[in-house]
Amino acid sequence: MAGMSWTPDLDYGKSQETRARDLGMNTEPLTGRSMEVFFEPAEEENFVYPWAKDVDFNKRTELDADGLTTTEVNAKIRELMDQGYGTIVIQNPRGKHSLGVGILNRLNLIIEGSTGYFSTGLIDGPNVRVNGRVGWSCGENMMSGTVVVEKNAGSTFGAAIRGGDLVCKGHVGSRTGIDMKGGTIIVGGDTGALSGFMMQRGRMVVCGNAGKNLGDSMYDGTIYVGGKIRSLGVDAVEAELTQLDQAWLTRKLTQYGLMPEQGVGHFTKIVAGKQLWNYDNLEPTEKKLIL
Amino acid sequence: MAGTSYKGTVIEDVDHFLKSDGLDSAREKEIGQHIGYRYDVNLVPDYDRLTPFLKQYMEHMGWDDLNWLEDVHMGYEEGHPAVFDRNINGWVRVPDTIELPDNQQDRDMIARELLIKFQMSPNHPLVQLRQAYMKF
Repeated sequence: MAGMSWTPDLDYGKSQETRARDLGMNTEPLTGRSMEVFFEPAEEENFVYPWAKDVDFNKRTELDADGLTTTEVNAKIRELMDQGYGTIVIQNPRGKHSLGVGILNRLNLIIEGSTGYFSTGLIDGPNVRVNGRVGWSCGENMMSGTVVVEKNAGSTFGAAIRGGDLVCKGHVGSRTGIDMKGGTIIVGGDTGALSGFMMQRGRMVVCGNAGKNLGDSMYDGTIYVGGKIRSLGVDAVEAELTQLDQAWLTRKLTQYGLMPEQGVGHFTKIVAGKQLWNYDNLEPTEKKLIL
Repeated sequence: MAGTSYKGTVIEDVDHFLKSDGLDSAREKEIGQHIGYRYDVNLVPDYDRLTPFLKQYMEHMGWDDLNWLEDVHMGYEEGHPAVFDRNINGWVRVPDTIELPDNQQDRDMIARELLIKFQMSPNHPLVQLRQAYMKF
């Protein structure tokens, strides 16, 4: 498509409005132009985005977060990636909020300690290991990559996650995976009330017990629970655990060292009953009213 | 059977949405639009069917599995096979030159491979959008 190419000499010092105008991205020049992109799959063999930083997993460094603000730590991570570091160890995180957010690159990020709220959210690609606990909303809006938390996590773990694997080896709070739209959340211990609330797709695996109202108002997606379920939420129903489910669970749990001794045959599979998909029943009535 | 259900019913034929318009229920016929997904969003991947390209991609990213691609499936748009690209919020049609396998699992692997090639291409629309609107 004409005009759709990387422009390395673009002046990023300009305002966003000016940059957009220079690229012809306003209403007038777009009139009559097609947004259709013709793409030849045989020509492309890239594994990362065109703007991705070229990092080497074997190039390792440490970053002491003591005395730095969250913004400074996150900016420093980007600087280190610019220098080609593919493995970054953050020392002394001291429960800072929003650590490691918005990393859109392949990277091994190791956090030696605990983090506060919203850590490693909005990420697209990195592998993160937190050797401590995390606060609320860890991995919020995560797009891809892996996050492994060695201890416990707070509430809304993996809120609105879109993709990737988010793992907590301990227990998590309530509303785990609220509004999740994809990806996999794995909990080694128990999860609190209203886990999977308004879940839209993706997979949640809980090796321990689940609190009340599990999967309340879920539209789609799958929840696997190894322990007891205190109660199911509205429109969450039990389904048959298939051989394919068991093979996938075995692979996933083994991968993160959470495979139960007795296997996965005892897991309960919960899916949406889809009784809330009632717009097809309501709309005819509304249509009659309008006509 | 896993991988063939949608809206509480069963897709008997993997080509259902290629051979027909997918308007099966009275409600769908009335509104002229299919309700629900055209594939099983809950279908977990069969790792015995990984393609060499996907294995290389996993290795490059440092992942032991398909990661976010587990949520990518081949869908069907207006009678054509297509894959949904979340970065442009739209469907990308699978080229006619690609022969479709006879099962959804293998089709999903093709969809994943094509999506990676498309998203990582310098011709992807996100490249220019990023240049214009990126914050940092």
